[in-house]
Amino acid sequence: MTAMLNVKDLRAYYGQVQALHGLSFSLNEGSLTTLLGANGAGKTTTLRAICNMVRSTGAIEFEGKPLSGQSTENVVRLGIAHVPQGRGTFTTMTVEENLQLGAITRNDKKGVVADIERMYEHFPVLKERHTQQAGTLSGGEQQMLAVARALMLRPRLMLLDEPSFGLAPLIVRELFNILGKINREDKVTILVVEQNAQLALELADKAYVIETGRIVMSGSAAEIANNEDVRKSYLGY
Amino acid sequence: MELFINQVLAGIATGAIYACMALAVVMIYQAIDHLNFAQGEMAMFSTFIAWQLMQWGVPYWWAFLLTLAFSFAGGIAIERMLFKPLAKAPVLTNVAGFIALFAIVNSVAGLTWDFTIKQFPTPFGSSPFLGSQLISTHQAGMIGVTVGLLILLYLFFQFTRIGLAMRAAASLPESARLVGINTSWMIALGWGMASAIGAIAGILIAPVVFLEPNMMGGVLIYGFAAAVLGGLTSPLGAVVGGFLVGVFENLAGTYIPGVGNELKLPIALALIITVLVLKPAGLFGRPIVKRV
Repeated sequence: MTAMLNVKDLRAYYGQVQALHGLSFSLNEGSLTTLLGANGAGKTTTLRAICNMVRSTGAIEFEGKPLSGQSTENVVRLGIAHVPQGRGTFTTMTVEENLQLGAITRNDKKGVVADIERMYEHFPVLKERHTQQAGTLSGGEQQMLAVARALMLRPRLMLLDEPSFGLAPLIVRELFNILGKINREDKVTILVVEQNAQLALELADKAYVIETGRIVMSGSAAEIANNEDVRKSYLGY
Repeated sequence: MELFINQVLAGIATGAIYACMALAVVMIYQAIDHLNFAQGEMAMFSTFIAWQLMQWGVPYWWAFLLTLAFSFAGGIAIERMLFKPLAKAPVLTNVAGFIALFAIVNSVAGLTWDFTIKQFPTPFGSSPFLGSQLISTHQAGMIGVTVGLLILLYLFFQFTRIGLAMRAAASLPESARLVGINTSWMIALGWGMASAIGAIAGILIAPVVFLEPNMMGGVLIYGFAAAVLGGLTSPLGAVVGGFLVGVFENLAGTYIPGVGNELKLPIALALIITVLVLKPAGLFGRPIVKRV
């Protein structure tokens, strides 16, 4: 298997503060990888660095193409969908407009219409509410919408930033099931950043653990889940 | 009664112009969070371009369209050259930029076309509209063109892909970038459109206030009053505010003793202050909540 995304020696900065201290990892095509870590470990920064939303140095390659120096919108146009923390919902627009925005870079009108229907099949609740302002949706529904919006890009790689944040456990499970399905059926490579380590490890096939801007552990999800330190620090038993 | 209806209709006619100016101001405010103090001067300059074209023998409607195209391109050029570099600069730097733009455009217009007032033609004539003494054909034309423009803008923003992208870029720039929208160009496009809308306002009001480099000063203040009244975050509010301010201005000038023509402008300023004190978000605007 070839690596779809290759990150080497990634360092990121907020003003004078360095948030990442030389991160290296890679994602295989078709894999579902999770990035675990406590608050402030640098998970979100890693995702933001991939999309060039934060000042960073190091090498990031996507399907052999370097991403550094590309604007965020051009990174997205290469097929990298990013579901940001807080979901980034266009709250004043309708659910359907949110989905259309997800596909705004695509030129195949018919494909977009068909994909919107497909999203309504994946997420029936969005169909019920398709004319509503997105800001009126519940947190769980907005997260579904954010995932659906990202899928409208027909991405090759999807980055999710704490999709479980603030959601009820049942909703989280439903969402993660859908993510697994998208990964298997639509062959979308997924990188999910999570604090809910247990669920993320059940879902993922590979995992990285980061602490204070460095990768401290990596392996298959099963290995990581069985690791004594991880269990104590992140799984709580 | 006749006087009242007459004043209301005349108010709606000038209100249409304020609505256009307010809309232009709101479009730029939505995109970059700053008030374009030079909006009126840009509109004035566009109007001079139209006048110059007509002096050269270009028919009215061709001059109108060419001026819109020129203003659109000019708006984009101003954004690219002056305000894009200032995007991350502090508020006061931007304000200085707007004032500089104001002074430059005003002086260049004065230098090129001098400060004497000029007649500006109207394609609608100024006879009574439909035989009624209440409103002139030019006033009816002002209202008609503005309403047509508003409908076109509505359709553009609701039903075209680029309109959707512009709305997204204005409401949440970061999310817009994450779906692949080039937000920087959307801002430039907003400037171009605002500039063209201002040009329409200038061309329509020029037969009434006459053409000269300071013609838009008062108009822009009413436009600001309209935008503040309607809510700076709401294009619909800007339009409604424009018509309300137009009618209010006329009625106040007619019925409040001592106001007359001279004190109309302070009324607009008083309106701005009143709205900012009582309902800062305006009639239609969202209250702005910032996390600090």
